[in-house]
Amino acid sequence: MAKLKIALYWAASCGGCDIATLAIGDKILKLAEAADIVFWPIGMDFKYADVEKMPDQSIDVCLFNGAIRTSENEHIAKLLRAKSKIMIAYGSCAYEGCIPGLSNFYNRQMTFDRVYIETPSTDNPEKIFPQTKVKVPEGELEIPEFYDTVKTLAQTVDVDYFVPGCPPEEKTTWLALEALIEGKLPPKGTVISHSVKALCDECPRTREEKKIKKFYRPYEIIPDPEKCLLEQGLLCYGIATRGGCGALCPQANMPCTGCYGPVEGVVDQGAHFLSALASIIDSNDPEEIQRIIDDIPDPAGTFYRYSLPDSLLRRARIK
Amino acid sequence: MDNFEPKIVAFCCNWCSYAGADLAGTSRMQSPSAIRIIRVMCSGRVSPFFVLKALSVGADGVLVLGCHPGDCHYIEGNYKTMRRVPLLKKMLKQLGIEEERVRLEWVSASEGAKFAEVTSNFTQAIKNLGPSSLAPSKQNSQEARHG
Repeated sequence: MAKLKIALYWAASCGGCDIATLAIGDKILKLAEAADIVFWPIGMDFKYADVEKMPDQSIDVCLFNGAIRTSENEHIAKLLRAKSKIMIAYGSCAYEGCIPGLSNFYNRQMTFDRVYIETPSTDNPEKIFPQTKVKVPEGELEIPEFYDTVKTLAQTVDVDYFVPGCPPEEKTTWLALEALIEGKLPPKGTVISHSVKALCDECPRTREEKKIKKFYRPYEIIPDPEKCLLEQGLLCYGIATRGGCGALCPQANMPCTGCYGPVEGVVDQGAHFLSALASIIDSNDPEEIQRIIDDIPDPAGTFYRYSLPDSLLRRARIK
Repeated sequence: MDNFEPKIVAFCCNWCSYAGADLAGTSRMQSPSAIRIIRVMCSGRVSPFFVLKALSVGADGVLVLGCHPGDCHYIEGNYKTMRRVPLLKKMLKQLGIEEERVRLEWVSASEGAKFAEVTSNFTQAIKNLGPSSLAPSKQNSQEARHG
């Protein structure tokens, strides 16, 4: 059998997903047996021009991590889509927008003001912002356009599979790679994970009754290591998050933050977490309910931590 | 703005508020034509997702109407709504959407007059607010993703 041709790319991401692909450990040898890497900016020296010269559909699989934040991200997403038979949104940024997507609470100008003017360590008295084109003695320089709104990969190009996680766990990555190597591919659109159910299904903590009088932030309490974190008032996102990671955060006494995305069939993870969370508030008195809600300082940022660009509203409206 | 005719979605629970709306109608009380009623079995069935969906496809306002506290056909469905709506409003505010665009009210089966009053007041409030800033999004991402 001919070796698979694999491309890996990073768009708006932190680089953690590229490291996660290496985290499969010695299985990387199995991957090397079955596949050749034809493009991988973080790991090997290829140029965009090399990809442009490849015939369409000549790459078997593209593992694309990162959200679509700039015109360069979009251009390469479209280029790799044309060159690849299978396009995989690898990791939460490509799948749902993730942390870069939180800038959808602001617009481009607000982001620029913050980054190039307001940050305490910035000294920019002439208020210089990035320009897409600038003339220098040697000629005209061009940099990619920074978009107003972060998009997911699937909002930009057709995507075949999704691998969740920030970053995806080793076993999740391998589940996807193994399916590719063995040619046992799930139906198009599948989110590849070991579980289609909520994280609670694989969490070892004991669950009793969920009734919350007060929400806490992780630094405010030292939680009981055995009991359900949500029942202790921590905003554990497990009830609205796809399992498959093995409930690693709850086992380290930290609440789940929701990086594996929604459970199967759910659109808008944030709305569903909101629904489940509010339901367990232990009060029937509107004033007391309001007081308990006031314990949550940033509901939108908490509920959409990984999924604002993929939510129904996609971004905040800026007046 | 004078001829702004808002689109308002009203989720009415089957046992109280929908019957209340029915009573308003059979009693020939005027209620605004801006209201589009969607009958649900319980106000507790109204997931925040429904409200966001309505807003994202162009509703200017969303009313959630349920049985009075203590009167829920399913004992405590409306208490869940009572807890969800304030948290949803807090989140909407962060997303740049006026929290006044979502309102929760209790309307019993015998309160046709209250139904007419609540819907009229809410419609006027939405008219004062103006059109929602959420342009109808043609397709949401998940539909696009799953074909």
